[in-house]
Amino acid sequence: MEPLLKTSNLSKSFGGIKAVQDFNIYLHSGELVGLIGPNGAGKTTAFNLLTGVYTPTTGTIEFDGKSLVGLKPYKITKLGIARTFQNIRLFDKLTVLDNVKIAYHYHIKYTLPEAILRIGRYGSEEELVEKKAIELLSIFNLTDKKEELASNLPYGQQRRLEIARALAVQPKLLLLDEPAAGMNPQETKELMDMISWIRKTFDLTILLIEHDMSLVMGICERIYVLEFGKMLAHGTPDEIKSNTEVIKAYLGEEV
Amino acid sequence: MMIKRLRKQDAIFLLISFVVFAVFQFLISERILSSFWRLNIAVICLNIILASSLNLINGITGQFSLGHAGFMAVGAYVSAVCTMFFHLPFICSILAGAAAAGVLGFCIGVPTLHLQGDYLAIATLGMGEIIRITILNIPQIGGASGMSGIPTETTFTWLFFCMIVTLFVLKNIINSNQGRACLSVRENDIAASAMGINTTEFKVFAFTVASIFAGLAGGLFSHYFGIAHPSSFTFMRSFDIMTMVVLGGLGSLSGSIIGAVILTFIAAVMQSYPEYRMIVYALLLIILMLYRPNGICGDKELVNVILGRFKKGGKNDGTVAENK
Repeated sequence: MEPLLKTSNLSKSFGGIKAVQDFNIYLHSGELVGLIGPNGAGKTTAFNLLTGVYTPTTGTIEFDGKSLVGLKPYKITKLGIARTFQNIRLFDKLTVLDNVKIAYHYHIKYTLPEAILRIGRYGSEEELVEKKAIELLSIFNLTDKKEELASNLPYGQQRRLEIARALAVQPKLLLLDEPAAGMNPQETKELMDMISWIRKTFDLTILLIEHDMSLVMGICERIYVLEFGKMLAHGTPDEIKSNTEVIKAYLGEEV
Repeated sequence: MMIKRLRKQDAIFLLISFVVFAVFQFLISERILSSFWRLNIAVICLNIILASSLNLINGITGQFSLGHAGFMAVGAYVSAVCTMFFHLPFICSILAGAAAAGVLGFCIGVPTLHLQGDYLAIATLGMGEIIRITILNIPQIGGASGMSGIPTETTFTWLFFCMIVTLFVLKNIINSNQGRACLSVRENDIAASAMGINTTEFKVFAFTVASIFAGLAGGLFSHYFGIAHPSSFTFMRSFDIMTMVVLGGLGSLSGSIIGAVILTFIAAVMQSYPEYRMIVYALLLIILMLYRPNGICGDKELVNVILGRFKKGGKNDGTVAENK
């Protein structure tokens, strides 16, 4: 079976710094894969390459049979890739509900005149979006916060809202950039359960960056390890746990 | 369900507008208001169109434009040329002016809206001046002495009608998918594009729509006063409009209305002391920045604030009743 996402020899240099070199990954439909590595290893750069924030210096990205190289981020999103950000990027001064509604943007088909005169598809589509957004918020236990400003939510809820917003795009592939950053163990546990649950419910493929090893080892089926922009290892959680190279990268060597 | 509620809101908006119109029309036709105040009411209507449309760029989409007077000039001149040289009916001239400003807004928006913040402000400022100086150097449309003898066909009814159309259109754009996209560009353009929104498209969209209304205001302006003069469309006018938007609150249409009314009123009262007018403006802005940095209305609509109070009041009554 053809993988859903496949990159080959993907590289990105910033001047003399090779942030990502020869990044080769593949993701089959329905897989949950982790991407780990020490700070500065190039994980977020890899995400930015996949989502079109950066254009790769060399290499190819294929998603669902189409090349993503050179496409603008919004076009890549339309093809079915949604993401969250390491440093949360919500629409701070908008309500929680509007944050999610915005993500339905390209599913809404009514035209400007219809919106101005409030005729035609405007009513039915707005109602549908509102209904879907509220359903999604209820999955993430945010329904009673829907009229709050996003910036007024506590940190853990902001993280959850960001995932909810990404799901509203109705993607095939979801990229999560450190979803558990700043969460306590209890919250991380809940998040793990939620990620497995949404993968099944929404029939998603997920690639996640994470530093929390209990989360990565607990839910990922395969793991890629990056160090200094290069792929260090690739395998199942058990293989990665016992890989001496990986242990060296994370803990250092005995002298 | 929802659409009915929204349509009801629209109906209430139009009803209130009609009542306001009736009151002012009565005051004007019965000559209760002096000609001085009649003039200022007309200026208020123009300023509301200008301020609320600029708010779509500066407040809703979060792009800093300082060139609104330029688009107003285009509307004013194009419509004046249409009536005087081509003898088009008034309504066609006004629409031609608005369309010309819109086309220009689109053409200027595409290259400049890649800029952000201060750079965009400088580019739009320069663009406004380029438009004015270009007009200044075309002798066929009067050059430095401007155009005069334009038929004064703009009546209070026309002004008020155009103002309501502007507010109605802007209000419904803001509450639509397109408006939400503009808001998301303001809030976080990286996240917006990750949500599948073409941020450049919506920046240009907001810029074009606002230019159309600025052109409309320009056409009404030249047909109200009977003249179109380059000195009416200097940087100072752009600045005046922007002050109205900031005073009322970036992102709030009702704020723009309040800002336009207050500043036009101050300008009218201070007319005998024009040199002090700018001092009052500046003081007003300083006081505003100290006590209400987000403007009079913040980014909320007056109606929502009042309704919110009303709802909260209702809830409180409920709990009191339960306690009893």
